[in-house]
Amino acid sequence: MSANPQHTPYHPRWYRASMPIFWWMRRWIHARFILRELTSIFVAGYALVYLLQLRALGLGPEAYARFLDLLRSPLSISLHGVSLVFVIYHSITWFNLAPRALALRIGDRRVPDKVIAGLNFVAWISISAALAWVTLKG
Amino acid sequence: MKTTIEPFWWSLFGAGGTLAALFIPITLIINGLAIPLGWLDAPAYENVLQLARHPLARTYLFLLISLSFYHWAHRFRFTLYDGLQLKHLNLLIAVICYGGATVGTIAAGYTLINL
Repeated sequence: MSANPQHTPYHPRWYRASMPIFWWMRRWIHARFILRELTSIFVAGYALVYLLQLRALGLGPEAYARFLDLLRSPLSISLHGVSLVFVIYHSITWFNLAPRALALRIGDRRVPDKVIAGLNFVAWISISAALAWVTLKG
Repeated sequence: MKTTIEPFWWSLFGAGGTLAALFIPITLIINGLAIPLGWLDAPAYENVLQLARHPLARTYLFLLISLSFYHWAHRFRFTLYDGLQLKHLNLLIAVICYGGATVGTIAAGYTLINL
């Protein structure tokens, strides 16, 4: 046995650069990536609020009126305001990435990225207008 | 196992991301801001109920809500892995995220069937 059993000239070690938890706050481009990923919390959060509104709708006129009162509270308005910024950020980043997920070809020419993203934005505006019309008419 | 189911989660993530991007902002503006703030008049209860009960509306609402949950599950899972360096909790995080989305989906189905 050697005098120093801990030490060998070629002691195997994994190389793992240790990363601080908030590594992504050091550079704006990384923070922007994390912000984009965090939009998913607001997407699901609003889906949940919408589901609760539908549940209140099913429970009857009184329950629905109570839910609408809740939506009028300053807390609700502030949360919806913040959520709106995030869900719009989700839409914009999503449509801008659409060309990467969907490479369309016409003949043997690739449809330019800007056209695909543009069509997505047009669909977004049209759907928003149509949905606003249906909801307000209903 | 993991490598075969990953594209399935990704397709739910993609479908949910697209539906959410197209439909959620306007829905949030109308229901969460414009009506509560009095910029628009709230449609009558009976009309909203009638509209929501239409089979097409129920299907649309179910897909929008459920797929938004799965969109979150997939994206949030990787945000926790990468952003917070939690790769060692792989299985636990996946179960919580996809499990949560599945619970939400069942709740949405139950609510919409009984509407």
